[in-house]
Amino acid sequence: MRRNLGSRVMASVLVNAVYTMINYPIVLVSTILAPFSLLIVIAFVSHGALLPVAVGGAFIMTMISSGTSMQQDLSHLKNDFKLQDMVVSSPTGAAVYFLGMSISEIVYSLPVIAVLVVLASIYVHASAVGYLMLAAVLAIMFTFSVALGFVLSTISTDIVQSWAFAGIVSTVISALPPIYYPITYIPMPFQYLAYLSPATYAAEIMQEVVGAGIVIFSGTTLTIDWVVIIAVTAAMLAIAVKKARWRDP
Amino acid sequence: MNAIYDHVGMETLICKGLNKEYEPGKYALRSVSLSIPASGIFALIGRNGAGKTTLVRILATQLMPTSGSATIDGMDVVRDADRLRESIACVPQEARLIGWLTPRQLVMSYLYWRGFGKAEADDRGMAALRKLGIERFANTLGRALSGGIKRKVLVAAVMASEARVLFLDEPTTGLDPISRAELWGTLQKLKKDHFIFLTTHYLEEAERLADTIGILDNGRLMAMGTLEELRGMVRYPYSIKILSKTGVEKPKHGELIVGADGQKQIVTTEDEANRISTKLIRAGVRLSMSPLSLDDIFYYVVRKPIEAGDNNDEEESW
Repeated sequence: MRRNLGSRVMASVLVNAVYTMINYPIVLVSTILAPFSLLIVIAFVSHGALLPVAVGGAFIMTMISSGTSMQQDLSHLKNDFKLQDMVVSSPTGAAVYFLGMSISEIVYSLPVIAVLVVLASIYVHASAVGYLMLAAVLAIMFTFSVALGFVLSTISTDIVQSWAFAGIVSTVISALPPIYYPITYIPMPFQYLAYLSPATYAAEIMQEVVGAGIVIFSGTTLTIDWVVIIAVTAAMLAIAVKKARWRDP
Repeated sequence: MNAIYDHVGMETLICKGLNKEYEPGKYALRSVSLSIPASGIFALIGRNGAGKTTLVRILATQLMPTSGSATIDGMDVVRDADRLRESIACVPQEARLIGWLTPRQLVMSYLYWRGFGKAEADDRGMAALRKLGIERFANTLGRALSGGIKRKVLVAAVMASEARVLFLDEPTTGLDPISRAELWGTLQKLKKDHFIFLTTHYLEEAERLADTIGILDNGRLMAMGTLEELRGMVRYPYSIKILSKTGVEKPKHGELIVGADGQKQIVTTEDEANRISTKLIRAGVRLSMSPLSLDDIFYYVVRKPIEAGDNNDEEESW
């Protein structure tokens, strides 16, 4: 009986990230460019003033994109290739498969994360505590997005549905909220709409850390932000665990 | 039909009253019961929608049964699924080789999922690709391979694993006759130390490969046994398939069977088959006559014999 957990996690990372990048290098270019579209626009329009905020926003966007990709990848491998069924009839369980697929999304995003780290080292100035807070926010948003991706993948039955979910998630979770710019730039009453997305709360924390005084949030607001992103992520994880359907009913 | 054989060893596959109801009243399996030795090759044949894939998915722990139970080597497919998954592997019916992976990468990844380390996965994976004669494609991207080779890669992946029980859901669909024959050769070698549960549309495949054959129709196991046992069910050793649309008389010794598509088949004795076929040919009726094959048995089992008095208005003298 083999219990090589490392191998089992590695299998998902290889199939869903490493082999893709090795065999189709063009995906590296596409992945790196994805979060830069809005970052560049915001940087130019604000004459560079919002560049630190936009770089922080690109980090959050990258984490959320991981979840979007997760649901598409899981659906694709399950419905189009029946690969998940082959894994179900193997010693690898749901938790290990999910863990491997989550890590694969981070691995897939490593090139863009590397570029953003370089940009952040130039344009973002924060304290050590600030960087820790930023890392925590990114980790929470990543957990939220992959849990959401997993839940949606259990619902979608084919690639068309999967694309539809990805479009909705992308708009509601990442395009609508003020990730690349302060929420004060959104006119009322649309700010209330932005608060429907957990990404807005994460962005506020990030902007407080990297904003260099562009936006200042009260302690109460930031506390609420932390509570909301942690609670929403916990709820999404709970739903993911409940929805986990390794064997079809 | 509930086929219960008396196999009491550990290496057995036992289903008891297995049901699968996808929606209220929509059954994919109806009270399937069987007991077979989990060794050699078991071929499950049936029409599209007969329930073959549903049965495979339940046994391969991918799908929950609605009721009933199934055990493989003494392990329940529901209660002992984690333990059972150590010794089973499955190639689903619609499984495809991922276009952006090479055969070597796919096979190795599958072996990683089964817990093998890099060196062992590479050794076993390459050995399996070699056995199936596709080693030269090991490093070619899946999108550049033919459908037959892609199918073989998936079979290579489960072959390379440590699993003793292999579920192959229509493994030769889409293969050209030569590739199919090559895969048959591989399966015949594999069955020495594996139990292979395969489903197929190709009755010749079941006839050539299987130690035991099951016929599933409309979710029910209609017949099961060795080819000889199945032949014994029909009672008559010869078959005449009527290829022309014409009425035929019921044989003095034998049965006239008609399917939903209107095709008629007579199963009868050799002498009677000769007499009837001579008469039909003289009347210009196209037909094929042969000793009873699995094909004939399958038609016999899934179609109902015409009872005396039925269909009289269709009959003509010839």
